[in-house]
Amino acid sequence: MPEPALLNVSNLQAWYGESHVLHGVTFDVRKGEVVTLIGRNGAGKTTTLRSLIGVVGKRAGSGTFKGVDLLKVAPHKVARLGIGYVPEERGIFSKLNVIENLLFPPAWQSGGMSVNEIYSLFPNLKGRDSTPGTRLSGGEQQMLAIGRILRTGADFILLDEPTEGIAPVIIEEIGAALRILKDRGMTIILVEQNLRFAASVADRHFVLDQGKVVDEIANHALDANMDRLNRYLGV
Amino acid sequence: MTDFLGVPIPVLLGQLLLGLINGSFYALLSLGLAIIFGMLNVINFAHGAFYMLGGFVAWYLLSKMGLGYWWTLFAAPLLVGLAGVIIEKTLLKRLYRMDHLYSLLLTFGIALMLEGLFRHIFGAAGKPYPVPALLTGGINLGFMFLPVYRAWVIAVSLAICILTWLAIERTKLGGYLRAATENPALVQAFGINVPLMLTLTYAFCVGLAGFAGALAAPLYQVSPGMGSSIIIVVFAVVVIGGMGSIGGAIVTALALGVIEGLTKTFYPAASSIAVFVVMVLVILIRPSGLFSREA
Amino acid sequence: MNGTTLSATSAAANSTRTLGLTLLVAVAAVMLLAPFAVYPLFLIKILCFVLFAAAFNLVLGYAGLLSFGHAAFFGGGAYIAAHAAKVWNLPFELAILSGTAFATLIGFIFGAIAIRRHGIYFAMITLALAQMIYFLAVQMPFTGGEDGIQAVPRGYLLGMIDLRNITAMYYTVLGGTVIGLIIIWRAVNSPFGHTLSAIRENETRVTSLGLKPDRYKLIAFTLSAALSGFAGSMKALAFQLASLVDVTWHMSGEVILMTLLGGMGTLIGPIVGATVVVGLEHFLSTSGLPITFIIGLFFVICVMMFRRGVFGELKNLLERRQR
Repeated sequence: MPEPALLNVSNLQAWYGESHVLHGVTFDVRKGEVVTLIGRNGAGKTTTLRSLIGVVGKRAGSGTFKGVDLLKVAPHKVARLGIGYVPEERGIFSKLNVIENLLFPPAWQSGGMSVNEIYSLFPNLKGRDSTPGTRLSGGEQQMLAIGRILRTGADFILLDEPTEGIAPVIIEEIGAALRILKDRGMTIILVEQNLRFAASVADRHFVLDQGKVVDEIANHALDANMDRLNRYLGV
Repeated sequence: MTDFLGVPIPVLLGQLLLGLINGSFYALLSLGLAIIFGMLNVINFAHGAFYMLGGFVAWYLLSKMGLGYWWTLFAAPLLVGLAGVIIEKTLLKRLYRMDHLYSLLLTFGIALMLEGLFRHIFGAAGKPYPVPALLTGGINLGFMFLPVYRAWVIAVSLAICILTWLAIERTKLGGYLRAATENPALVQAFGINVPLMLTLTYAFCVGLAGFAGALAAPLYQVSPGMGSSIIIVVFAVVVIGGMGSIGGAIVTALALGVIEGLTKTFYPAASSIAVFVVMVLVILIRPSGLFSREA
Repeated sequence: MNGTTLSATSAAANSTRTLGLTLLVAVAAVMLLAPFAVYPLFLIKILCFVLFAAAFNLVLGYAGLLSFGHAAFFGGGAYIAAHAAKVWNLPFELAILSGTAFATLIGFIFGAIAIRRHGIYFAMITLALAQMIYFLAVQMPFTGGEDGIQAVPRGYLLGMIDLRNITAMYYTVLGGTVIGLIIIWRAVNSPFGHTLSAIRENETRVTSLGLKPDRYKLIAFTLSAALSGFAGSMKALAFQLASLVDVTWHMSGEVILMTLLGGMGTLIGPIVGATVVVGLEHFLSTSGLPITFIIGLFFVICVMMFRRGVFGELKNLLERRQR
């Protein structure tokens, strides 16, 4: 008996100014699951995440999270439902140092990780407290961006391309960290282009193309469907 | 006492003091202007009009409603801040995503409206405003006579500037503000109500301008034109200091007040343009401003 | 975009162009006959501001620079022209030329300073520089302080036509304004004008083509200042008065409003805007209503509701309907 869906996205549409970017994205995420959104550049993966937290212009459809429609919630209240967002560009504040960045987001729910726990999850950050946030390497910035969300008590994490432009060694570490988080019961939506990385952490994959979800593939069925997937990704 | 370059020392110190007082007002205004620019990306042309509004609110409450000085000093920034909330919520907010020039023009229009309205209702002449009993008189410093009210103006302005600076640089809320200048969407995604923060920032800063106006009332008379004459100087201050740094705005403002005072001592005819001359020199030597972080 | 929509938009552009031309011819006819129906001095005022706004638009609409200091050129030119005619006893043409030359000079200097900074700083710097001219006008002995320079003799056009005749004065100003507008029109439609627009759209690209945007901006700014000074000089001699009103920052604001109201970046816009604003002020001056307040209100309405200006909105509407 599968768990009921924690997040139900249905016919989500979004616009940037005049241009219609999402044309009806539908997918669901169950509690404790890691789900990826994969697809080519411009397929609408990032926009889907941004629509859910309310930073795009116009939206339609619905995204029901724990019974609340995220599209009807004021953008600043989304985080208070326990949703953490790690943007593609990581969003480390250049004017703040590492510890300030880490302590920056307010904790809205109990059960968040302590700073020490975060440091043991990402040892690279340890001892770097007073380094300006943007002096870290790309991979370390990614760790910091994920770490600061873990402090807030968020149990639902939107993770946008954490492996982009990052050294393979660090990708391994981030993958390991995600598996630990999953074991702790976190639910994660992962936007990813790196299929190998996606396969190493995810339960299910949703394929986006031209602003729509065109396919759903369970992780264990990934190998069997490789041809189909490569066609979508244009590899 | 001796002379300095032909000017008696007491006269010189007196002018320095006057300069420092002007500088205090420049500081209160340019501080607010810099914060509004940093946070909202708006050049608030109406800042001078809010300064004038503060003066008028204080004058009206004191002379028509019989409120005491201290109450007016408290009420003026509050009411001006409220006016700021209304303007930000109804007008300014809609222009954030557009070219900066539109918000500049909008606030210019608001400045004209306020100045025109007050000139129409109250006439162009200045309204006298008595110094409160507690702050009358002066202190004899030996070399000069320091009126208490002037000392109070400098002290309270500096205190407010420093507190504001501390609040922005050293508190959690200030951290949110600074981060929101860098990435407002992300700060919002962390659960912070950025639109509300912007409204309150605008209200606080124009409230500061209103406070400055109320504070200035006993020194300069309250008149509809008091805002437009000071705002242009404050713009020059902001160009000189650069708007990247709040501390820079405060220091520049005080320094220029003093330079103005010195010019008044040695070459009175040039005192009204001294600030502008400094501005031109700074633009020629360091175009981005003294304290600016842009290259 | 396919062929049909392309030709439709160019047809729309053509039709607005035809509309513009028709309008121009109609306006010209009206202006020639106007002094027989309307008080000529009022018309002269409109003409001077039309030229001033059109000159200002060269900077705002085509170069994309918001100058908040154009009163310095308009009013500065007025003071010098008035002084030249009254004290130096220069003939009409040379008095106008002196005013224009002065405006050109300070326009060049202000431009060279202000162009070092962009956007919003440019606006503040021009404002502050113009305020210097204002203070000079208040303090210097020859400007007459609060009274200004009064009873300026108009003189004779080409040494023959007595400009004390108001109709002759009107046609002279009309001629001057038309010449000014033609200069602006030629500048905008020349390669220079196209480069200017390209700079406004994308300065980095223009730089990468090996051109120096600042040089173009400075030329545009100086030309704009010169024509503003020309307009101010004509106004001073026609009204026989140069006063502080013309150098205040309110005046700089008013010319922005004229351009914005009419539609910046269009040739007709500032003409419409100047006419509306001067007409409005004329009407308000006898109404007892607070003029500054209403001008401010117009500003707010313009910025909030029709940023393209009256002419710009009209053009947009027509182009849409054509589609």
